Amino acid sequence: MRGFGKWGIWIYSGMAFVFLLIPIVYTIVFSFNDYRRTNIIWTGFTFDNWLNVCDAQDVCQSFGNSLFIGLVATVLATTLGTMIAIALVRYRFRFRNATTLLIFLPMATPEVVLGAGLAAQFLQAGVSKGLWTIILAHTLFCLSFVIVTVRARVASLDPALEEAGRDLYGNPFQVFWRVTFPMLLPGIVAAALLSFALSFDDFIITNFNRGAEVTFPSYVYTAAARGIPAEANVIASAVFFLAIALVLIAQVSAAARRRQLAKAG
Amino acid sequence: MTNNDVSQGGFAEAGADLELVGISKRFPGFTAIEELDLTIPAGSFFALLGPSGCGKTTTLRLIAGLEEPTTGRILIGGRDVTATKAYQRPVNTVFQSYALFPNMTIMENVAFGLKRRGIKNADSLAHEALQLVELDHLAGRKPKQLSGGQQQRVALARAVVNRPALLLLDEPLGALDLKLRRQMQVELKDIQSEVGLTFLHVTHDQEEAMTMADTVAVMNKGRIEQMGAPQDLYELPQTAFVAKFLGQSNLFTGDVVTTAKSSIVVDAHGTRIEVPTDRAQRHNGRITVGVRPEKVTLHDSAPKADSSRNVIGPGRITDVSFSGVSTQYEVTVPHHGAISVFAQNTSISSLHHDGDQVWLSWSVGHTFGLADEAEGEPVSRFHADLDTSMIAVQSRKDLEAELEEA
Ligand SMILES: Nc1ncnc2c1ncn2[C@@H]1O[C@H](COP(=O)(O)OP(=O)(O)OP(=O)(O)O)[C@@H](O)[C@H]1O
Ligand SMILES: [Mg+2]
Repeated sequence: MRGFGKWGIWIYSGMAFVFLLIPIVYTIVFSFNDYRRTNIIWTGFTFDNWLNVCDAQDVCQSFGNSLFIGLVATVLATTLGTMIAIALVRYRFRFRNATTLLIFLPMATPEVVLGAGLAAQFLQAGVSKGLWTIILAHTLFCLSFVIVTVRARVASLDPALEEAGRDLYGNPFQVFWRVTFPMLLPGIVAAALLSFALSFDDFIITNFNRGAEVTFPSYVYTAAARGIPAEANVIASAVFFLAIALVLIAQVSAAARRRQLAKAG
Repeated sequence: MTNNDVSQGGFAEAGADLELVGISKRFPGFTAIEELDLTIPAGSFFALLGPSGCGKTTTLRLIAGLEEPTTGRILIGGRDVTATKAYQRPVNTVFQSYALFPNMTIMENVAFGLKRRGIKNADSLAHEALQLVELDHLAGRKPKQLSGGQQQRVALARAVVNRPALLLLDEPLGALDLKLRRQMQVELKDIQSEVGLTFLHVTHDQEEAMTMADTVAVMNKGRIEQMGAPQDLYELPQTAFVAKFLGQSNLFTGDVVTTAKSSIVVDAHGTRIEVPTDRAQRHNGRITVGVRPEKVTLHDSAPKADSSRNVIGPGRITDVSFSGVSTQYEVTVPHHGAISVFAQNTSISSLHHDGDQVWLSWSVGHTFGLADEAEGEPVSRFHADLDTSMIAVQSRKDLEAELEEA
């Protein structure tokens, strides 16, 4: 029985990993496929897809759109969200609790509803859909996540630190940039990364508000019907590797900093 | 007062007067300070002493500009700063919680104020300040890598380095061990007299307040009970709170029975206690008088009648604690409860023992009369006083324990 339990754990977790990793491995492997019309059957190994990603023009174009939307929406949502988070924690005003509740609503609302609702609003306001309506939509739903993330950080910030800053001749601007902001930075960075990931990934809300513009997820969605070009796999794999690399860099540099501090001490 | 102008980027060449006029501070549902009037002359070392929660930190925050007074005005060097912001006031604070910037090194912490004012040789001045608190070798560390006491010294250096006209210290030595605390007390006094800064020092520690300050103000429940030179405060307390909070006191309450020109006599449960008129705050009705334990002498038999001494007794010794230099006796006298006596151990023969019958006497000149009563007060007030006297006793015990260890 003990033997079985021990093996059971290994088999169970092994299978879980396999199921998790199969799609990723598949995507990476087929980014090297020397495909003709469809990228479903393995026909041979090549670096061509990686070297000439932009041969499949739509792939590159949609990827560029997604990057642009992600970056702009992240900057907007992070800036606004940080300001709102600080206000929510630091200031007492009427309807503060109601506002906090409203902030959570977009996270709880089904994306389809959010997307359709926004689309209806744009239609009524006579705004023609395009990159900027997508950016607006993404900023909107990223905002909630930014606020929730940064708010926790603001709440844990000792107000005495800012008071010390003021006491030491820092005007409000200096106190914010030299004391408050550096303390909030880890939270802000986390919020920005989350925003970008959410925006880059979003399909449903985007689809309602994109007009004729194509983002990477919507391109892949449409292309899936005909067969996704390997260039799309290349981009997906590249994003995957980039994410892994970022995590590794963060870990290694944190460890290095710890070592340096230990040495300094 | 250009020398106190922060925007000039210079150091204060001398301390400035601080004046609080009719200050009160109400928090929603709670009055932390009621009617505070206070003048601290330039260059003085002023100690604010009081039990926990009496409003000491709030007073400092009002002066620093971190809190706005509900009523009243604050003047520094004759200039009304009530409406100015914290960063515009020539004031620095050593915070009770240190409040060091965790993301900066010790060096950056100390240089912060200098850099905000655009002072040229900020770094070398910061190093000097760190040397003063003997932490220059740790300049590159982050606050988290320092012990509590070290952090406190950094907080001190960070404030002192700015040479403010007025330095506010919120229990800056609380986390230090006795030796370091004494050392820092000396350092602080040196800095203060050297540069002539005005120091406003908040503390629980009565001994610290008495040894360091020119003037001590005893604060209780948002009001200043009494203010004066440490010795005056000790020898002639005006309220029961001060009498008990600052050192120990034996208090007796009774009606005034005779009033003469130079002295009055109080009848406390049949015992006549005489007080010099000028040492009594009130001269008729029911008053409380007292004497410090070290002023009281023990006698084996009833002492000879002497018009210059008050006598109580007989009573029984119920507790003897020997502490080397002196012995503390507790004598229980019917109707008067426990009376403390500190006796110098000058000769072995004078030792009394637990259970001995004794009489007590002290010089009339050492008796003081209070403005309020120790007994017969509302219950709530009594409880509060019990708390504060317990704090005093506790801090005294801590100190004694520390002294023994040292
Ligand atoms: N922001 C606030 N809101 C409401 N009450 C407050 C606030 N700040 C302080 N108080 C109250 O005011 C009183 C005085 O507080 P303060 O911090 O000045 O005490 P303290 O004398 O410094 O005590 P300690 O010796 O413990 O530091 C306390 O009873 C406290 O509860
Ligand atoms: Mg305090």
